[in-house]
Amino acid sequence: MFIGLFETLKRAGVPVSLRELLDLHAAVERGVVFADMEAFYQVARTVMVKDERYFDRFDQAFAAWVTGIEDMDAAIEALIPEDWLRREFEKQLSDEEKAQIKSLGGLEQLIDTFKKRLQEQQKRHAGGNKWVGTGGTSPFGAYGYNPEGIRIGQEGSRHRRAVKVWDERRFRDYDDNLELGTRNIKMALRRLRKFARQGAAEEFDVGSTIRETAKNAGLLNIQMRPERHNAVKILLFLDVGGSMDDHIRICEELFSAARSEFKHLEHYYFHNCLYEGVWRNNARRGSERIPTMEVLHTYGADYQVVIVGDAAMSPYEITHSGGSVEHFNDEPGGVWLKRLAEAFPHLAWLNPMPPRSWEYTYSTQLIKEIIADRMYPMTMEGLETAMRQLAK
Amino acid sequence: MAFESTSSYIATDALKQAVNAAVLLERPLLIKGEPGTGKTLLAEELAESLGTRLITWHIKSSTKAAQGLYEYDAVSRLRDSQLGVEGVENVANYIKPGKLWEAFTASERVVLLIDEIDKADIEFPNDLLQELDRMEFHVYETGETIRAEQRPIIVITSNNEKELPDAFLRRCFFHYIEFPDRETMQAIIDVHFPDIAPRLVSEALEVFFELRSSPGLKKKPSTSELVDWLILLMSDELAQEALYHRDPVKALPPMAGALVKNEQDTQLLERLAFMLRRQKGTGR
Repeated sequence: MFIGLFETLKRAGVPVSLRELLDLHAAVERGVVFADMEAFYQVARTVMVKDERYFDRFDQAFAAWVTGIEDMDAAIEALIPEDWLRREFEKQLSDEEKAQIKSLGGLEQLIDTFKKRLQEQQKRHAGGNKWVGTGGTSPFGAYGYNPEGIRIGQEGSRHRRAVKVWDERRFRDYDDNLELGTRNIKMALRRLRKFARQGAAEEFDVGSTIRETAKNAGLLNIQMRPERHNAVKILLFLDVGGSMDDHIRICEELFSAARSEFKHLEHYYFHNCLYEGVWRNNARRGSERIPTMEVLHTYGADYQVVIVGDAAMSPYEITHSGGSVEHFNDEPGGVWLKRLAEAFPHLAWLNPMPPRSWEYTYSTQLIKEIIADRMYPMTMEGLETAMRQLAK
Repeated sequence: MAFESTSSYIATDALKQAVNAAVLLERPLLIKGEPGTGKTLLAEELAESLGTRLITWHIKSSTKAAQGLYEYDAVSRLRDSQLGVEGVENVANYIKPGKLWEAFTASERVVLLIDEIDKADIEFPNDLLQELDRMEFHVYETGETIRAEQRPIIVITSNNEKELPDAFLRRCFFHYIEFPDRETMQAIIDVHFPDIAPRLVSEALEVFFELRSSPGLKKKPSTSELVDWLILLMSDELAQEALYHRDPVKALPPMAGALVKNEQDTQLLERLAFMLRRQKGTGR
């Protein structure tokens, strides 16, 4: 009876299963509602939607179902944030087009021009040197970023090399995956927990109480043992800015999940590649840089290092001194990565990019080599493997 | 036995529908909403309107799912066995029933409130799946199975501190209590204070909704805060006067402590008032 509604909801991205459909039928059969559209709407929402963040989608799908509109795409379109569309649109730029980009002066002007160009582009759908620019190509060829052009207001950085085609379905996946993400990540991070016993005696120890009591000729001798403590120490390095902007939300979720799971958790931010300085406050232009050497010396080898980053950057950042996009580095990033890998035997790199794109990114290959192949995708499976590897 | 607004609780149509569906189909009802919008109160009112008992299980961060079923006090038994206390040979004497047990074995159909389920460990809801689904569980120590003779009406509240697992959500019905609009708020006040002066209510509501709309508040005052505030106002004529002749450049309404509960918010409001005062000063 309500299969139409069920399918419409599915298409609108409301997570519904057969169980909800059967529940709705049961509700109607039991006479919870009868011949009252508004009441039916309320009941259907109560039964089918289990989270308020899907209410909006449910409303649209319900409206579509009621009015008999088959075309749901228009409704779904409305769910996609505008700036996503923009960013995705830009990814259609080819490398050639990127190379042709010319510098435009001033931030304000840049944004204005960007918007204007965008409108034009939607009509003509052609690239060319008029396209809103990154302030020219950097000395590192087509891979480079120009600091002037990277950040346009809140737009974030726009040059992701791996994705060239705007795949409409990506939005929907992104939309849904995020919500499922927190839990999955948290579950996987739990695997990291090794229970070591230390601290004050607090817990009743059944096993040794029985043993001790038996030794005591049956007179009860209660034994306590230290409460379980999470002894895992984590050092977290997060890539912020640049090509990671898209993934920053996933990273922050991972981060917040990690916070509540570990007793010893230290976090540091870096940009693109690890260099001589890291920082703890994400206002990353801030002055409080901490020398990486200090970090390496502060924490013992028993700390387990988790790096979150997409490893997509100019290869020069890893191989050459002075290759960093925002300062002159005396030593190449690769040297620092090697030092990190040597200082901390337990290390894993989580990469939010899909693994199939890794082999096309030269820098990813380089980093994988440096960290002895310990790079894992940020999926449930990838996390599990990473945690298993870390716990070894 | 449909659930209706009571003499002390105003339920919107959507809430009534949700409750009735959950009661009829015997499913747990998950309630979310801003703090102070009456999530916990709903269970109490539901029990009262159905003329039945309410069993409340408050969840803390240390609460384990098994504690809701039963607890086996092995230490007491061990001690008693040494002292030779009577009844020690019967393990059932040392099993303490939990809230679910109590609800399942009640002779009438009770309302079971599982309050703030999001406070518990992330695995907590998963550990209750079977129990909530089948409304039965097994006691390993005595080998008996506790089965609900009358499926209790289960109300679960959550403040969204943690994600609830999908498998758990699928077994529940869900309702989100929206913040009441002015009309509903008026009805709520009427229910709580039948003989309050209309002027006080309208002035208070104005201040209240204005306060709620100030940007950047960490914790917006909600229904329960408004009710507390009104009680204070009613008992203090001076404060009422201050409310009627309120000065727009004064930072906080009288008795603001009942509405604004943290220091940052107080400071924020004071800053806003200061800016307003400066604007006036330059305008003159």
